[in-house]
Amino acid sequence: MTNPILENVEFDDDGFMIDPNAWTAEIGEAIAAREELPLTDRHWVVINFARQEFDANDEAPTLRRITKTTDVDTKELYKLFPGGPAKKAAMVAGLGKPTGCI
Amino acid sequence: MKTFLILGGGTGGTMVANKMSHHLDPAEWKIIVVDENENHYYQPGFLFIPFGIYSPADVVKPKRDFYPQNVEFVLSKIEMIEPDQNRVKLEKGKRTITYDTLVIATGSRIAPGETPGLLDNGWHKNVFDFYTIEGATALSRFLKFWKGGRLVLNVAEMPIKCPVAPLEFLFLADWFFHERGIRDDVEIIFATPLPGAFTKPRASSILGDMLEGKNIKIEADFNIMEVDHTQKAIRSYDEREIPFDLLVSIPTNMGSEVIERSGMGDELSFVPTDKHTLRSKKWENVWVIGDAGNTPTSKAGSVAHFMLDVIVENILRQMEGLEPLAKFDGHANCFIESGFDKGILIDFNYDVEPLPGKYPLPGFGPFSLLKESAANHWGKMTFRWVYWNMLLKGEEMPFESQMSMAGKWK
Ligand SMILES: Cc1cc2nc3c(=O)[nH]c(=O)nc-3n(C[C@H](O)[C@H](O)[C@H](O)COP(=O)(O)OP(=O)(O)OC[C@H]3O[C@@H](n4cnc5c(N)ncnc54)[C@H](O)[C@@H]3O)c2cc1C
Repeated sequence: MTNPILENVEFDDDGFMIDPNAWTAEIGEAIAAREELPLTDRHWVVINFARQEFDANDEAPTLRRITKTTDVDTKELYKLFPGGPAKKAAMVAGLGKPTGCI
Repeated sequence: MKTFLILGGGTGGTMVANKMSHHLDPAEWKIIVVDENENHYYQPGFLFIPFGIYSPADVVKPKRDFYPQNVEFVLSKIEMIEPDQNRVKLEKGKRTITYDTLVIATGSRIAPGETPGLLDNGWHKNVFDFYTIEGATALSRFLKFWKGGRLVLNVAEMPIKCPVAPLEFLFLADWFFHERGIRDDVEIIFATPLPGAFTKPRASSILGDMLEGKNIKIEADFNIMEVDHTQKAIRSYDEREIPFDLLVSIPTNMGSEVIERSGMGDELSFVPTDKHTLRSKKWENVWVIGDAGNTPTSKAGSVAHFMLDVIVENILRQMEGLEPLAKFDGHANCFIESGFDKGILIDFNYDVEPLPGKYPLPGFGPFSLLKESAANHWGKMTFRWVYWNMLLKGEEMPFESQMSMAGKWK
């Protein structure tokens, strides 16, 4: 059963949105529900920051950037997004899979 | 008289000084290089010191030997860069230099203080880095008499300079313990924040297979939270714990502290740089070469060399009032020493991942891409001579700055 909100959203094989500009907060909620990740205000601090950074730089922020700029520290990030905060936060925020590094 | 100021006289700074001295009229321009360290270290050689293949003396020469006659070398710490005022403050004599064109070549450094516990009691006793001459030398003393146990190699955080160096260390460690006859007594574990052996998929799978073949275990997606000296273990944020007898760490890599002090860096103190023109994103007369910038390619001497032609051409264009050309493609190539007198070569750029094939002459080589060969090992060992005698002088090398697809298999 897919959530009707997600029916018209395009995803890649790993479940990341293909067009970050099509993202809305409702879609974010629905992706989180699909990932079985109930969202709290603290999640939204991270998600909103990630969106803001993406709008400004066309790139998802690194974990270090998130922890340096918001009041969420690395430990909390891992609690909020179990199984890899970089990937999970980008996924819920509708951003592409982080390219990681070089 | 105009001033062409180069901050940092390592690999990139030395190349720029040499190249620009051919182009700039000494009656019009003064070239100044500032660096706080008299010694030029051949950093790729640090890899071989722990295993006794090179001694510290094999990797160091005086910096001054590599600057041209008409360049002024100032031995001083750089205290502050004030790009809005076009000036730089030095520690020595509280000198201030006003510049017309600035090149930042202050490199990257390890920042072990970023990981809680890393600098505690065990630092350089049973916890080592090999990215500094001190760390590599201390580790060589330790390994000389080590009887075996659990060796854990950990990469704290990406990006790091020379991202293949950890793999080379593992391959050489496997060889070294074999030679010493204690390989069966050493367990080798690679704890990395990456999902696999390397950053790019094709190379990652080939290199991952090689690690497995050498009985080196990968602990992937491992983001280190702390080093616990009493328990002799490292822990990750997702609460995995790996015990060690010997920890070799590649600590967080950051840009120079002066970049942070001057408010010119990103969260890792790397200077935001246009990845195709190599100019600062913020200041028109500030250029960045080598590890100091945030360009999304490998931080390596070979990359600094590929950047050289582009940056010099763009600076000369700017002096003529022309716009810079977006020519840098992220070209990187690295020899990967794989132990037992063999090596691998990888060649890639922003868009194309490392592929198998032959290099630099399509079909002939002599180097094989993404494949072990004796010629690649020879290439790696010759690189030291090439580095001192050709690369630092900014001389032409038999490789193009832009990557080529010739000789590669998709
Ligand atoms: C273990 C290891 C293995 C490597 N292997 C390879 C390899 O096989 N192939 C390869 O191509 N590359 C390799 N590299 C990477 C290569 O050495 C670097 O990428 C290259 O040296 C970068 O050049 P750079 O000019 O940017 O910085 P550097 O050469 O590091 O120069 C920076 C200079 O800036 C000076 N400086 C910084 N801050 C200040 C300040 N505040 N005041 C005054 N001076 C300052 C420093 O003293 C230094 O001399 C390796 C590196 C390591 C550590």
